[in-house]
Amino acid sequence: MSRIAKRFAQLQRQQRKALVPYLVAGDPDPALTVPAMHALVAAGADIIELGVPFSDPMAEGPVIQLAHERALLHAISLRDVLSMVERFRQEDSDTPVVLMGYANPVEALGYERFAEHASRVGVDGLLTVDLPPEEGVETSAMMASHGIDSILLLAPTTTEERIRTICEQARGYLYYVSLKGVTGAGHLDVQSVSDKMSLIRRYSTLPVAVGFGIKDATTARAIAPLCDGVVVGSALVDCLVANFDDKHPAKVPEPATELVAAIRSAIDTV
Amino acid sequence: MTQPSFNNQPDSRGHFGPYGGRFVSETLIYALDELERSYKALKDEPHFIEELDRDLAHYVGRPSPLYLAERWSQRLGGAQIYLKREDLNHTGAHKVNNTVGQGLLAKYSGKSRVIAETGAGQHGVATATIAARLGMTCQVFMGEEDVRRQSLNVYRMKLLGAEVIPVSSGSRTLKDAMNEALRDWVTNVDDTFYIIGTVAGPHPYPMLVRDFQAVIGREAKQQCLQQTGRLPDALVACVGGGSNAIGLFHPFLEDADVALYGVEAGGDGVSTGRHAAPLSAGRPGILHGNRTYLMEDENGQIIHTHSVSAGLDYPGVGPEHAWLKDIGRANYVSVTDEEALAAFRELTLIEGIMPALESSHALAYTAKLARQMSPEQTIIVNLSGRGDKDILTVAELDGISF
Repeated sequence: MSRIAKRFAQLQRQQRKALVPYLVAGDPDPALTVPAMHALVAAGADIIELGVPFSDPMAEGPVIQLAHERALLHAISLRDVLSMVERFRQEDSDTPVVLMGYANPVEALGYERFAEHASRVGVDGLLTVDLPPEEGVETSAMMASHGIDSILLLAPTTTEERIRTICEQARGYLYYVSLKGVTGAGHLDVQSVSDKMSLIRRYSTLPVAVGFGIKDATTARAIAPLCDGVVVGSALVDCLVANFDDKHPAKVPEPATELVAAIRSAIDTV
Repeated sequence: MTQPSFNNQPDSRGHFGPYGGRFVSETLIYALDELERSYKALKDEPHFIEELDRDLAHYVGRPSPLYLAERWSQRLGGAQIYLKREDLNHTGAHKVNNTVGQGLLAKYSGKSRVIAETGAGQHGVATATIAARLGMTCQVFMGEEDVRRQSLNVYRMKLLGAEVIPVSSGSRTLKDAMNEALRDWVTNVDDTFYIIGTVAGPHPYPMLVRDFQAVIGREAKQQCLQQTGRLPDALVACVGGGSNAIGLFHPFLEDADVALYGVEAGGDGVSTGRHAAPLSAGRPGILHGNRTYLMEDENGQIIHTHSVSAGLDYPGVGPEHAWLKDIGRANYVSVTDEEALAAFRELTLIEGIMPALESSHALAYTAKLARQMSPEQTIIVNLSGRGDKDILTVAELDGISF
């Protein structure tokens, strides 16, 4: 059983929802990433989504765009991100790690080389924002043969017919983009998420995580009852950089772990 | 190998060989499907064709002339050079052929707002123009760096009622403007039509922009037959994203004896790394919704480009060009900033026609090519835009300020 499946099975037994924080590898400093991953797990994270920096992150709002730019100032490459996962795995062999990013850095490294390398260092999933299932069939098969789940997105605009196709190909968990917009947008509509979730449930038994627009305990508490996990991205990225101490770059800012702990307790009490 | 057919490209999912496709986030798939459906439904509809043709004739001013540059041809002493005068179109460049077409699609699709990305500002102006005429709200995304370089076009867009939104992310140029336009579209997908200005982006854009620009090649073919009695020996056009080039080339793709030359921006010289010539010196990758040749580093990060011409300053290129390069149907070459500027001055002095700096790249290569050909042979070069917008850039290089 994969780490992702194991984690969701465990959560289901406990009747809890997955808390999935997102941070960009190397932002604001490469020294912070691995300690932050551990601290987020200690604060209640179940799965870590680790952003792979890209020069043209077209699905991101301003907060995460800037995070990509800061990481690239440190010239963080996909290889560097894989090394970070390798270091994380030296102390944590249970928490699933999903890399989230854009197709070109993976394409540049080579899909097969990436899959081998990623599998070796303990990556569990790959979410490629700009690789919809039509273009990603071969890539998904290659990832699967190395034990890596290709995490697919569903959106408010995804038609029922497409939901069915995507659910057939999906592995690990489904990621539902809660709103029409970029990451960190502020117009979350709980009712529309609820409507779409019941449609998705009709076609898949995979866990569904919801992301985009979840920024605090209140929004997480509103969404959690509808799904199996909540993704917190922009709010955490913002918190990490706003409280970053450049004299101690490996020190994880407390407000960031507090944010994750607060969301943990909010979704555990629904 | 069987000869590929050029008239049924791309395939049903937007691929030109291994290039093209639809590499976008899930939210946009629906909008692209909708666009593809409405284009397919309308493109052969008599009402739509009639309205498009009427706009092209009476609003844009088509057909544009095919003009024999006699003095220039004589001075070079080689082939007869014909200029396809897209510079004489309304708004001064080929860009309007596409915005008239996409503007009509927006109208027929019931969208009330159009957005566009722009580099030099020509596509932004062409979009703002069409939005003014159709009474639509228009927002144009433009890199901060380009807003500074192209202040005249920024003001033109404002006069036309469009809002220009400066983009401060990334390299602050055309590619970042396109990122921002995609972000806007994903947010306002219900009421907004995204008018992409070139033959790049996710399917169906490379196909539909090509179809709207192919009027250039159709006219040129007919005019050439009328004026010379035969097909040209070579076609030359500049390639940034590649819409004016594909517009000229496409109707000639099946004519194997017509040589095709796409001219990229060599900047300071391709060997210096400071250029915008992905087909000459890049490699295949994925950006802005399609797989194509890109300027990228070894880690897959898109790198900064350089060209004296803002309209060619783009790290990617349309996927059909990538395919035509690989199968050997078209040749892709580059000329430097310096060579393009020399051609700008030469055509202005000899023919009294001031070309855009983008088009000057095509002219510079045409001069080299013509010298290797005989006076019985002909070249058609796409004079894709006029140079009025570039006067400040050229003046600055001459050390003159106004």
